[in-house]
Amino acid sequence: MTMDADQLTDIEQDALAEIANMGVSRAASSLRQMVGEQVLLSVPAVKIVTRQAASRLVERNNAKKLVAVQQSFEGPFAGRALLIFPEAQSLELVRSIVGDEHSLEDVIDLEQEALAETGNIILNGCLATIANVLNRTMRMSLPSIIRGDGAKLFEANETNPGGQFVLFLYIDFNIKKRNVHGFIALLMDLPSIAALKGIVNDFINGIENQPPGHVA
Amino acid sequence: MSYKVLVVDDSKLARMVMASAFRRIRPEWTLVETANAEEALAAVGTVDIALIDFNMPGTDGLVLVASIRKSHPGMPIALVSANVQNEIIGRARELNAGFIPKPLTDEALAAFLSGATLRLKRAAP
Repeated sequence: MTMDADQLTDIEQDALAEIANMGVSRAASSLRQMVGEQVLLSVPAVKIVTRQAASRLVERNNAKKLVAVQQSFEGPFAGRALLIFPEAQSLELVRSIVGDEHSLEDVIDLEQEALAETGNIILNGCLATIANVLNRTMRMSLPSIIRGDGAKLFEANETNPGGQFVLFLYIDFNIKKRNVHGFIALLMDLPSIAALKGIVNDFINGIENQPPGHVA
Repeated sequence: MSYKVLVVDDSKLARMVMASAFRRIRPEWTLVETANAEEALAAVGTVDIALIDFNMPGTDGLVLVASIRKSHPGMPIALVSANVQNEIIGRARELNAGFIPKPLTDEALAAFLSGATLRLKRAAP
């Protein structure tokens, strides 16, 4: 399946970016709470791109060796959410979450475990927020960990056959004091353009029809 | 009064975070840690309160809450999850269970435990 971004109107693209923004913002606030330090965020980007282009975007400014916690989801959209950072920073991220009082051996022991749970919390918060905003339900898989370059992270596989084009949303995060940086990315297999428009327009109409004084 | 609390989570890290919060807010209480629904069902007869993760391999947290409810209709139970979907929270409420969001905060845990303590005192005056 191929699809042209031009088929979405400006307001539809804008709404998609806003929905994604709510999800990743929730993810960033969870991360901040877990590390107890300020997390700086970039402005989120929303693009309809090929998988190859998505992996190039992630590799830009990054080491080739990446580690990602991923969760698949199904619902109004199907796809994957990923928390991605350079592999060399994985232990530092774990240490910032479990606390500096743990020894290096403890941190190495806990690495997989801590990455999976951290990913679970951050990605679940992101996806659940999107589901609530859209007033839909999403089913989410258990977290799994992938190591490799950008192409490996985004390749289609048995569980995510997907098309060539994906809706790619990402945001950079930077834990300044720890010198840890990375991405939160959403990779959505594109439903039919009609389904996508339907979901987004329900959201837009919902905003327009809110009674005065309503707080979202 | 000191209570015994069942903590069910497949993640060791999540159980460490929970234990650390208890050391701060209810240091005198006892925790029974289990990693899945089967272990939880074997241990639930000995505890007063249960805190249950949602997203676990095998039986999920809501199914576990439902089976505990059958034998323990009045036990204070909370689902603990980052999956803050309205539907998940709604299903917990239907089972008369609370909901505590992850990342866990001392405030959210303390609020649930205060309510649970009240219910337990009322049930056993």
